[in-house]
Amino acid sequence: MSVKGKVWKYGDDVNTDVIFPGKYTYTIKERADMAKVALEDLDMEFNKNAKPGDIIVGGKNWGCGSSREQAVSCIKERGIAVIIAKSFARIYYRNCFNEGLPIIVCPEAVDAISMGDEIEVDFESGVIKAGGKEFKFPAYPEFVQGLIKDGGLIPHVKKSLGLA
Amino acid sequence: MGKTFAEKALGRAAGYDVVANQVVTVEPDWCMSHDNGAPIARTFKKIGVKNVWKPERIVFILDHAVPAPSSDHAVNHKEVREFSAEQGIKHFYDVTSDGGVCHQKMCEEGFALPGLIMVGSDSHTCTYGAYGAFSTGIGRSEMAAAWATGKIWFKVPESMKVVVTGKFNPGVSAKDFILKFIGDVKADGADYMSVEFHGEGIENMSIAERMTLCNMGIEFGAKNAVCRPDQKVLDAIKDNAKCDRWEPLWADEDAVYAAEYHYDLGDIEPGVAKPHKVDNYAPIGEVKGTKIHEAFLGSCTNGRIEDLRAAAAILKGNKVAVRTIVIPASWIVYRQAMKEGLLDIFLDSGCVICNPGCGPCMGNHEGILAPEEAAISTANRNFKGRMGDKDSFIYLASPMMVAASALKGEISDPREVL
Repeated sequence: MSVKGKVWKYGDDVNTDVIFPGKYTYTIKERADMAKVALEDLDMEFNKNAKPGDIIVGGKNWGCGSSREQAVSCIKERGIAVIIAKSFARIYYRNCFNEGLPIIVCPEAVDAISMGDEIEVDFESGVIKAGGKEFKFPAYPEFVQGLIKDGGLIPHVKKSLGLA
Repeated sequence: MGKTFAEKALGRAAGYDVVANQVVTVEPDWCMSHDNGAPIARTFKKIGVKNVWKPERIVFILDHAVPAPSSDHAVNHKEVREFSAEQGIKHFYDVTSDGGVCHQKMCEEGFALPGLIMVGSDSHTCTYGAYGAFSTGIGRSEMAAAWATGKIWFKVPESMKVVVTGKFNPGVSAKDFILKFIGDVKADGADYMSVEFHGEGIENMSIAERMTLCNMGIEFGAKNAVCRPDQKVLDAIKDNAKCDRWEPLWADEDAVYAAEYHYDLGDIEPGVAKPHKVDNYAPIGEVKGTKIHEAFLGSCTNGRIEDLRAAAAILKGNKVAVRTIVIPASWIVYRQAMKEGLLDIFLDSGCVICNPGCGPCMGNHEGILAPEEAAISTANRNFKGRMGDKDSFIYLASPMMVAASALKGEISDPREVL
């Protein structure tokens, strides 16, 4: 599978509160509504104009802070194809796999990509193509491959319990 | 080669010897959820399993917005009540005088115990390391899956050793130390690591102070943070341990660490985390005189009786210059503060006392800021918009500094008013 999309680029330590504000954690319940407030306290341009298939590129420690899974759900529902970052905070990292949102850790690519670039990600070969250059990224750890294959933790659990 | 705390705790739970970077699947001793028990229950139902694996291992504590400030919140609480009744979940702390902030309740009710594997659908679940537990925050899907299967996977983390010696000078506390530490190692300093606090500096601390340290573990990326379960912990849990599955565990002397830091508490001075990042540390000298509009004393980080005492000692006999919101971390703390006359001191000085709960910490209610306003807060996060408005500013500080600042309406050095 490969995706091609426009980049929204941000810096280090983007936290879950600016991705999905805490004041909404118990008032917004539908996933489609979560998508509407995505990145509201970080970037209103993204909030208004991000389109399905776009790509988010972040610095180190993307998604630090709260365990709130809506900070992943809102981005997935918005149709973002993949988040590429220098590193992810650990709860966010797990939440992405559990939600079935593709993420890539690739510091070299992050440094070479700018806001608004068109880039391509080939998941099969593990390559990011940006600005005429190619950046390799490693395969997902074995223990999360099953999660990704099944589309997230809940479908994975259903399948493993014979309830799918 | 010796073992770290994380290797011992996860190995004990797995039933075999484990080393860092190995992946294990274990059964959690406790699964804690707060108001988000409702969305987790909805996800749980989607899995298609009728009953949770062990209702006696699940704990619900309503705290994020209590009593409900809106109909949406009320519906949320209602769903938690209905799910608890339906599934026979007995460990349920509703909006009653048995309640409080979830992490405070988990500790004071005897759930937090040495060597246990504790997961919570809240990032500050790492607080229970103050009692020697391996505790960590997880997302909603993961919690729903744990309820259904009784299992959760962990990569055995590498570990960081923080060796602390010495004693605090007057006016300085555990919060000042952890803010300084986070400023040094940065917000991802311990990403995916287990953080062990060692040394006589920690042994000399109360459990409340250790809770402040472990609570803030997530703010520098830790998977869990832990202190050695010493006699203070054993005495505290003697009469109220909620189960007998616990066992004191600690790292071997020759354990291997990915990073090691040394601090002398005597070198620490009062300090803050400036907006909008917890690692944006500044010693008092750099921020003294900054105007504030609100002071908040409370939260899972600093809402304990020891924190209220420290703040009351400064407020006593004085009037606050800005609105000051005091929220004891639980009703047990509230009652104790009442008995000790602390509530009178707060009221006499002009503070507003709210019911135990998370209060304004994550922008739900009870102290939301207006645009351009600044607050000094004892909570754990100062992210943009955290207290409800993206154009407001939050300075994180100790209870003593919050009290001193409340009196002047500007960030103030507690050492000058002791």
